[in-house]
Amino acid sequence: MFDFVSFIPRAIMQGIPLLYGSTGETLTEKSGNLNLGIPGIMYVGAISGVMGAFFYETRVGAANMKGFLAVAIPLCCCLLGSFLMGLLYCFLTVSLRANQNVTGLALTTFGVGFGNFFGGSLIKLSGSSVPAIVLSGTSSYFRKTLPVSGSTGWFGKVFLSYGFLAYLAVLIALVAAFILKRTRVGLHLRAVGESPNTADAAGINVSRYKYVATCAGSMIAGLGGLYYIMDYTSGIWSSDAFGDRGWLAIALVIFTVWRPNVGVLASFLFGGLYILHMYIPSGMNLAIKELYKMAPYVVTIVVLVLSSMRNRRENQPPASLGLPYFREER
Amino acid sequence: MSLDNKTAAVEMRNITKRFGPVLANDRVWLDIYRGEILALLGENGSGKTTLMNMLSGIYFPDEGSISIDGKEVVIRSPKDAFDLGIGMIHQHFKLVDVLTAAENIVLGLDGKLDLKAASKKIREICDAYGFEVDPDQKIYDMSVSQKQTVEIVKVLYRGADILILDEPTAVLTPQETDRLFAVLRNMRDAGKAIVIITHKMHEVESLSDRVAILRHGQFIGDMPTRKTNAQEMTNMMVGHAVKLNIDRPEPVNPKKRIEVRDLTVRSIDGILKLDNVSFDAFSGEILGIAGISGCGQKELLEAIAGLQPVEGGSITYIEDDGSREELIGKDPLSIAEMGVSLSFVPEDRLGMGLVGNMDLADNMMLRSFRKGHSLFTDRRTPKELAEAVVQDLEVSTPGISTPVRRLSGGNVQKVLVGREISSAPTVLLTAYAVRGLDINSSYTIYDLINKQKAEGVAVIYVGEDLDVLLELADRILVLCGGKVSGIVPGCGASKRDVGLMMTKLGGKLDE
Repeated sequence: MFDFVSFIPRAIMQGIPLLYGSTGETLTEKSGNLNLGIPGIMYVGAISGVMGAFFYETRVGAANMKGFLAVAIPLCCCLLGSFLMGLLYCFLTVSLRANQNVTGLALTTFGVGFGNFFGGSLIKLSGSSVPAIVLSGTSSYFRKTLPVSGSTGWFGKVFLSYGFLAYLAVLIALVAAFILKRTRVGLHLRAVGESPNTADAAGINVSRYKYVATCAGSMIAGLGGLYYIMDYTSGIWSSDAFGDRGWLAIALVIFTVWRPNVGVLASFLFGGLYILHMYIPSGMNLAIKELYKMAPYVVTIVVLVLSSMRNRRENQPPASLGLPYFREER
Repeated sequence: MSLDNKTAAVEMRNITKRFGPVLANDRVWLDIYRGEILALLGENGSGKTTLMNMLSGIYFPDEGSISIDGKEVVIRSPKDAFDLGIGMIHQHFKLVDVLTAAENIVLGLDGKLDLKAASKKIREICDAYGFEVDPDQKIYDMSVSQKQTVEIVKVLYRGADILILDEPTAVLTPQETDRLFAVLRNMRDAGKAIVIITHKMHEVESLSDRVAILRHGQFIGDMPTRKTNAQEMTNMMVGHAVKLNIDRPEPVNPKKRIEVRDLTVRSIDGILKLDNVSFDAFSGEILGIAGISGCGQKELLEAIAGLQPVEGGSITYIEDDGSREELIGKDPLSIAEMGVSLSFVPEDRLGMGLVGNMDLADNMMLRSFRKGHSLFTDRRTPKELAEAVVQDLEVSTPGISTPVRRLSGGNVQKVLVGREISSAPTVLLTAYAVRGLDINSSYTIYDLINKQKAEGVAVIYVGEDLDVLLELADRILVLCGGKVSGIVPGCGASKRDVGLMMTKLGGKLDE
């Protein structure tokens, strides 16, 4: 029998970084910015948080840590790091009108390198014998769950066994969906991504919306990196551990047809597909496992095919996605 | 109506605007009054739209001042313009396709998003002026004239009392135009100031109270409409005397050139675009094609040029000696080699035929790059051709190495039509060849087409201006929803009848 009670929590935990990434990228893309730097930004978010936590933890010692600071310091560092990445992206693509694809890919390369470089430095500093940083003190605060979660059986395991960042991810996704659909800010943001000319003529400050949405999106995506380190891996940073999840988050944006609320369940589905190979009994044949690892990408391709066949206007990417905007362009 | 005792709603003084080295507006003076419709005239590239864009906050003037009701103001953004009561309806609609009418109308306003209240206010505005808008309809489901209505409502919703309309009738049928003009007159009588940019002289004469004329970015003069006439206005626009009638010489020795029988075409989505269309086109004759946009004109031309898969029917090309050749199934290249030339001017002008980022000479090469047998392309002939086209058609461009997208719309069209004609076709297919062109350039194009006709070319001319179509074409084929609504001789047909045939098969009223 397939063990759902242990599979679902693993799938959700696997899905949470994807949810952060895709919510952030959706907001960004709604402003017409195709930020392919998300994978790098998630690395930067993760390493910034790790740096903050590392210095706090080594300074005061794991025993003397205050709960609030143990959470607030990594959180702020993470937000600051990913915010700066978003700002850099905006400066290049909005103010200087550089090519968005090139800028994004450069930021990803930069972000991954940045993470691995400073991760390596911290490992040197800590004098650890294994190539990893262990922040179990900080992580224990991030992984705090409700006290009742252990005593409520399968319900607790499936719904209550996560750290606060997991719930925050869902909350942010739902709030983002609400903002996009129901508020004036959301309406303006959608207009900017669909047709910046129109938005501009309607008196909307296009650059400001692009900056704010992209930076906010970067910060949200950065939290995904932080969650992965502090909660999913229990505070262990090692080089390249975060892997290709950032790209999966971008695929998820397409999968959810630019709807963060759909992203909640979709990210759990992707998380499940991502770890499916560990739960499928394949015996000694490892090749089968490799095939299962392809599942999320195959699903994305299938969804792309289906959604372009259905061809509903509402399910298309924002019309000016990837294009720079300059008011006086003739 | 005496204008002297009124204060101007808008005073523009010494407005100058440069785009790089190009002087778009040169010390322009313009006054706009309430309770008056002002027609702003000028050739393509004379700076009309630029001037109005500065009033609506899209551009910012390099020099000069703008006063509203006698008070000097600075308009830095469209929002500033709204706050001053200025609203502009742009030539290319500023609407977001995936949003509803109501969402588009409230776009950019502050406060809580309450679409219900907005819809109510929209309905009130519609009732007051006689519009029909469904606030919950998505823009992509709307016809062009519906979209335009949304644009006008949007401006009124913001309480604008200075309205600017940039070529509002370019995409409307005659009936829709009449309705628009009735609304505009209503608004004028309600005390709003209205500026309309148009190229159609009969519209200027029937609608406006005053005309102001720009030429090469400079203000030439203004006068009450009733004290002038089309000839004088055109001369002022162009700067010298222009002949304002279109010749229609009798076709010389017409021979059947293209025979279309039962042509049926479906779009990719399976929608029937052409339904059993049959007609003949003769050499030395202009066959005009009239119809509301999207009624199969594009598909018809593309089917003849071999660009559109055909479901049924036949298109036969008949040579001078009577030999017949079926065009369906041939690839576009071999059809083009037989002398069938397509010059298609789609709505965005650059969509088909020209490459925006390439310069004039390279665009000429798109037709000729296959010629010759050496490894290298021949760059000299296209260059000479580009120079000839620039010279003959008076294309205003800094040089032949300017990317085509930098040229103003009319000049882009001249380049395209000039190139197609230069290939000495036997059949010339043109669509919207004068769309957006000013009057002088339009007449240059008509002359060119007539010249082709005199040389024995079979011209198929898809047009939108019925007045011109009636003057230019020898026969007019009217399409209605993909079917042939009728074929009438150009000489003697009435505008009203053709207009009716466009909206209804056969064009008979059910009275």
